[in-house]
Amino acid sequence: MKKERQKIVKQKGVSYAKWGYLFLIPFFTVYIIFSLIPLISTFYNSFFENYMSGLKRIGPNFIGFENYKSILNADLLQYMNNTLIMWLMGFIPQIGVALLLAVWFSDLRLRLRATGVFKTIIYMPNLIMAAAFSMLFFTLFSDSGPVNNILMGMGALGEPFRFLSSVWATRGLIAGMNFLMWFGNTTIVLMAAIMGIDGALLEAAAIDGASPWKVFSKVIIPSIRPILIYVIITSMIGGIQMFDIPQIFTKGAGSPDRQSMTLIMYLNNHLFSKNYGMGGALSVILFIISAILSVLVFASMNKDMVKRKGGK
Amino acid sequence: MQKKLLVVLLIGTMLLSSLTGCSSKAPKDTSETNASVTKAAKTEDTAATDTEDTGAEEAGAAQGKVLNIYCWNEEFKSRYTDYFEKAGKLPEGISVNFIITPSDNNAYQNALDQALLNQKSAATDDKVDMFLIEADYALKYVDSEYALDVKGDVGLTDGDLADQYQYTRDIVTDSNGIQKGTTWQATPGLFVYRRSIAKDVLGTDDPDKVQEALNDWSKFDQVAAEAAAKGYKMLSGYDDAYRTFSNNMSAPWVDGNKIVIDDNIMKWVDQTKLYTDKGYNNKTSLWAPEWAADQGPEGKVFGFFYSTWGINFTLLGNSLETPVSEGGKEEVGNGIYGDYAVCRGPESYYWGGTWICAAAGTDNLPLVKDIMLTLTCDPVTMKQITEDTQDYTNNMTAMNELANSDFQSAFLGGQNHIKLFAEAAPKIDMSNISSYDQGLNESFQRAFKDYFDGIVTKEEALENFYKSAIEKYPELTK
Repeated sequence: MKKERQKIVKQKGVSYAKWGYLFLIPFFTVYIIFSLIPLISTFYNSFFENYMSGLKRIGPNFIGFENYKSILNADLLQYMNNTLIMWLMGFIPQIGVALLLAVWFSDLRLRLRATGVFKTIIYMPNLIMAAAFSMLFFTLFSDSGPVNNILMGMGALGEPFRFLSSVWATRGLIAGMNFLMWFGNTTIVLMAAIMGIDGALLEAAAIDGASPWKVFSKVIIPSIRPILIYVIITSMIGGIQMFDIPQIFTKGAGSPDRQSMTLIMYLNNHLFSKNYGMGGALSVILFIISAILSVLVFASMNKDMVKRKGGK
Repeated sequence: MQKKLLVVLLIGTMLLSSLTGCSSKAPKDTSETNASVTKAAKTEDTAATDTEDTGAEEAGAAQGKVLNIYCWNEEFKSRYTDYFEKAGKLPEGISVNFIITPSDNNAYQNALDQALLNQKSAATDDKVDMFLIEADYALKYVDSEYALDVKGDVGLTDGDLADQYQYTRDIVTDSNGIQKGTTWQATPGLFVYRRSIAKDVLGTDDPDKVQEALNDWSKFDQVAAEAAAKGYKMLSGYDDAYRTFSNNMSAPWVDGNKIVIDDNIMKWVDQTKLYTDKGYNNKTSLWAPEWAADQGPEGKVFGFFYSTWGINFTLLGNSLETPVSEGGKEEVGNGIYGDYAVCRGPESYYWGGTWICAAAGTDNLPLVKDIMLTLTCDPVTMKQITEDTQDYTNNMTAMNELANSDFQSAFLGGQNHIKLFAEAAPKIDMSNISSYDQGLNESFQRAFKDYFDGIVTKEEALENFYKSAIEKYPELTK
């Protein structure tokens, strides 16, 4: 009798774990079907010549690493460079302005009024669809658009400045749009992090006579490090995937001289001929880049944690 | 126990729903292999000819109930409604279904391709019966098995087609010389100039004299210089003259798999660069707001290259001071209405146009034939269309009749432009068309815009063109 009971108890313990696995099944099924299989098939497709020529399908023919070769021989580095430059041009002011605003908004001694209004306003651009935002800028900065009209009306320009025909103006505007759309979001995330800092720390620092800059760099920044890293990772992933704004802004051409063509725009170009081979190869390369970046960030985070433990 | 059951049920439904999502997709993917589709299309092709034979005898008794027409705007729908349906030619019991996908970003072709590739497995009433194509990509469909021979399969006769302009037939003729589409409009292009500016620059606005001054490209350049000296621009943008050059290439864009850049295209590059550097143009792009503004009362541009539809619709709209939508009237005194006139210009060309194709596998062949006959071969209907809408229709007899009448366009200061169209249309030679025209023309204009803007050298622009061309068509080589 006792033995039997023990057995039941034992079984119950095991069956709990079973339920755990059962609950995980839906996630894994969805993951396998919608993520893992496409991922593997992307790798598989990247070794084939497979595209549409008009209404005829060419391939699939196995061609080994030919697709990778032609991508690396094409201007892949150029497009990576474009993406990186435009991301940095947007991200550096974004994190700077967001940190500044977050510190101001969360500083109780400044007693800023109506911060709620500001928070709402700086978050607004993020609510607009990126495509619409891009379209708006396209119109604003066109050769005879309002910006040119105003500049000429003020006498700052003799004749219209052709923003969309200048490499750096185009890149700058794309970065500017990304900045405008995302700094509000970053501000709110960082504010949440800053408000999570123990007030006693800040007070202690103030009593010790630390200047505001010292408080910022020695207390606030180290305390919000995990959130900062989170912001950097998400923004980096967003940067690699930069597509809609430059696509609409340059009508898919990455003009001028393909200097504002991002990696995903280049991938999108292969859609015209439904080129699974080249698209697959490019996706694999992007996957590898993202993986390396993620590992780097992850490693630096872990190192950081080890250090802190050691300090204690 | 009940809870357990609920959990199992929930998990079960989740699993099932995700699995069904997968299963419905899987077989579709596997069935879309090349061999089965082309084979299917072939069998459909012969099947279609069979139904056509019987269909002709039984006068449409065995037709499907739904006629599906794929197109990208309302234009054909209104032609069809006004001149076919309202004429009472639609048989009882058949409904017509327009599937309209705008052509932006290749969306129309993507939708049409998908439908045609699924043609075999689609239910009878869902099959594509008719589809519309544009000249720039016509050969893509004409050279496929998805478009039917208008003579052999559809049943139009040489006599029916004899009155159509030859170039409109060449564009939809495949590599074996079989015509696979037909159109109700011809779209010869002309040079439209401002009368007031011509008077200032050339001392006359008479179309014959202006034509004499612009008869070839070197004379055209000379007038451009004279216009610039008086503060005018000869053309508005970079691409304005493009069609006149690209339509007169000495060979198709592609030879085998090699992209060939014709000398005539490079002439466009050199001319446009010269015009840009010397300030003979306004650096605009086709369809940009600045380009449209150049056609209005504030514009200082000598003229524009425009074809049939462009003059009476686009240009007229742009020329008004107060648009029709804001209560303006299409009359002299509103903007520069009446200040334009047309002449042939340096070279004959065409721009635009829509062709009708019968889809392989259609179950409404007799009706498709009727529509083609009425809208593209019947002189009475076609003359009516021109008189009602000013659209230039594809019927030599009807158009020559109008050309020799006292037809007048108030917008063009009383000129009979149909006469010039009727002279220009037979001179158009489109034997050098290729199925890559659309993509290559777009890429070429795009790449050379940077050259005209002074950002890249000519060699770099060519390199960028090749890159973009090979992205679009991986089978092509430099």
